[in-house]
Amino acid sequence: MNAALNRRTFLRTSLGAAGGLVVGFHLPDRCMAADAPATGDRLNAFVLVGKDETITLYIPKAEMGQGTVTSLSMLLAEELECDWKRIRTEFPGVDRAYGWTQSVGGSQSIRSCYSSLREAGAAAREMLVASAIQQWGVERRSCRAENGVVVNTATGAKLTYGALAESAAKLKPPIDVPLKLSPEFKIIGRPTKRLDTPGKVDGSIRFGIDVRLPDMLYAVVERCPVFGGTVATFDDAQAKATPGVKKVVRISTGIAVIADSTWAAMEGRRNLSIEWYEGMISQVSTPDITRALAAAAQFWEPAPGASLERPPYLMGVDRSIAAAPRRIEAVYETPFLAHAAMEPLNCTAWVRPGAAEVWASTQMQSSARDIVAQKSGLSVDKVKIHTEYMGGSFGRRASVDHIGEAVEVAMSVAAPVKVIWSREDDIQHDAYGPACYGRCTAGLDGEGRLTALKATIAYSGPGDRGSGVGIGYEWNQPDGPSVTYTLLCPTADPGIPAGAWRSGGNPHNTFVMECFLDEIAHAVGKDPMEFRRRLVKEQRLRVALDVAAEKEDWGKPLPPGVGRGVSIVDNYSGTSTVQIAEASVEGGKVKVHRVVCVVDCGAVVNPAGVVQQIESGIALGLSALKSGITIKDGRVEQSNFHDYDIIRVDEMPKVEVHILPSTQEPGGVGRASTPGIAPAVCNAIFAATGKRIRQLPIRPEDLA
Amino acid sequence: MPHVSFTLNGKPVTVDVVHTMPLLWVLRDTLGMTGAKFGCGMGLCGACTVDIDGQPKRSCVTSISAVAGKRVTTIEGLSPDRTHPVQKAWIEEDVPQCGYCQPGQIMTAAALLAKTPNPTDDDIDRAMRNNICRCGAYAGIRRAIHRAVELKRAGAGR
Repeated sequence: MNAALNRRTFLRTSLGAAGGLVVGFHLPDRCMAADAPATGDRLNAFVLVGKDETITLYIPKAEMGQGTVTSLSMLLAEELECDWKRIRTEFPGVDRAYGWTQSVGGSQSIRSCYSSLREAGAAAREMLVASAIQQWGVERRSCRAENGVVVNTATGAKLTYGALAESAAKLKPPIDVPLKLSPEFKIIGRPTKRLDTPGKVDGSIRFGIDVRLPDMLYAVVERCPVFGGTVATFDDAQAKATPGVKKVVRISTGIAVIADSTWAAMEGRRNLSIEWYEGMISQVSTPDITRALAAAAQFWEPAPGASLERPPYLMGVDRSIAAAPRRIEAVYETPFLAHAAMEPLNCTAWVRPGAAEVWASTQMQSSARDIVAQKSGLSVDKVKIHTEYMGGSFGRRASVDHIGEAVEVAMSVAAPVKVIWSREDDIQHDAYGPACYGRCTAGLDGEGRLTALKATIAYSGPGDRGSGVGIGYEWNQPDGPSVTYTLLCPTADPGIPAGAWRSGGNPHNTFVMECFLDEIAHAVGKDPMEFRRRLVKEQRLRVALDVAAEKEDWGKPLPPGVGRGVSIVDNYSGTSTVQIAEASVEGGKVKVHRVVCVVDCGAVVNPAGVVQQIESGIALGLSALKSGITIKDGRVEQSNFHDYDIIRVDEMPKVEVHILPSTQEPGGVGRASTPGIAPAVCNAIFAATGKRIRQLPIRPEDLA
Repeated sequence: MPHVSFTLNGKPVTVDVVHTMPLLWVLRDTLGMTGAKFGCGMGLCGACTVDIDGQPKRSCVTSISAVAGKRVTTIEGLSPDRTHPVQKAWIEEDVPQCGYCQPGQIMTAAALLAKTPNPTDDDIDRAMRNNICRCGAYAGIRRAIHRAVELKRAGAGR
């Protein structure tokens, strides 16, 4: 174990014990989100300087809880040399100045903005300095920008950014301004408190669902309970007679009830009478889907007695498996997953002759604009998107179905309309994380060493399958035979809407692969940690395993009934994680006591943000051990938090995050920890009880 | 429609809505107080929690008629300037992620501390387990509740 590396590892608990996370920063005094739009001088697409010395930073992404507003502000402020206490932020409209597409997701924000936002901050700073140079008639080297002022180092004279901004804004933006090197950073790399916290503790921050406009109406939509179904006939007489209901209108997704309050719209909806054409998906239930997925996985198995001269890439692994004196086989299943963000889907739309405006908590500003244009028949330049704070998303708001639907509703009235989804709507009309069926076979030689591994993981939908991920790390057996391995991800689409669920296909692939590796390790009598350590080729991954093992005290006795399990996720969005979970089964229920997560994510912008994201990703992954979505006759069987259960405060384990120091390019962390937690816990359950979990969510009978 | 009068964040209000309308929608749509959040509509998630006569209540399943004559406090009225010990602790521990559930978490935590000034972790589990946070910011919530106890004690000692 590398002791020097270990000492430099950031430790969550030591940050907390030091008395808060903030080093050298104070939060701005005001709640930014509730403020009116800023006034002042715009230096570029990202920076506006007010006469009152406030600095408005335009955040080209969106905030769903992942801390982007803060971390992107840190990138801008690092080079801008502004006063952190005077920063406020806004989300700009869709504009080519922010790139071909504006969206957030895929753990992309830091990776895509790491250089560009520092360049924007540096360019704005140099315009302010150039303005000071003009006033003083001095050389660049006599000027220093710091904390919102430009200082004349010869005379000590000072000009504030607010005083310089008007003339600076008239200057030509410089190009190729040199950026600081990382040892010069004053902001980047320091644990920094979130800029959006104050507005989130007094109710003042505005989420999409909180938007209020003059004369705004409210609407809810009754959609066909069966996917793909349509309205056959409907009777809206009673709905229209409901107090407060203004209008009932048929749209492409169902029947919308428009009223003067959300409650009146909901009451009106209860009074609708609709007959549906349910369509062919009404014949689909979860057992059918499982059968279809199993068949898709089986499709890639050689028929008994068949020649192994089929596609060459399969031939190799099938031949190696056929030749192996010992084989291990296992089948794993994972369900559909709903996002269940705390803020149910909603969208406020206002369509007027020649213009459309939408207020939405969305991950996809560009796609939102496009669907508004498409639905309204307006050109994209007539569409305005207001990006609102998201009350969670986890991939759901990467789809824009709810935005297009709101535009359809709004086109039927001459007023802005807020369309609100109930929790039941949100859970039963999601774009689900796909269901999977994984079939694994390993071949071992006479000495119990791995020679071949084939995993066929069939997915229910064309959503983000993350093909190839989950078996990403390179294997190496210096003292053994080379391993032939193949991962296949065929699709069997039963017509259930699929979308991105925080880390796409990776949770499924990682669950299958990391559990199966654990099965192999136990089958050949190897310690699962040592087995992986010998298998991985990448040195940094081995370091991560070693740090995790040391921090968790791998090998030391645990209390009776508690087991430990490990998982690896290699180079996912530029970030690798090793997780060790300690778990037991008490009273027929899984209890996760502790999780140690080592994160190798390259250069870090906000270490406090990384810790939050790792904890959050683990919490989401733990909920997937408890709940899944099942289909009966084309309908989702779950409807609300009583039957789609989310982990609670008493179920959250102690999570210890260790960030490996790195000078590599930054990796993404939003999705980093979700895939590895389920296999780490299931492997710990096996260590504790001898019960092998091969199906999620975990059922009581699997633990008995 | 009958008029319903109650006290909201220390001020008398009278509303004229159908008597079955839940308090949550009266607050949000009629009165424009959007701090209490809609999460489930069934009293399952706690995002809509407000204080009614000293008790944390789910405003999504509390009809407006049941509130007549009562004192209602929402997140907007917990303190005028984010200085309630729970809010201060939430800021110091930087608890929120997406933040949508936090008004409900904070109102529930404030009610817990009013009744149990020095809660154990078990007390916290019991009081807070029906407030769901999909971001999983539970470690911060627990830390902040313990921190609020310290802040409250320090404030009382002044």
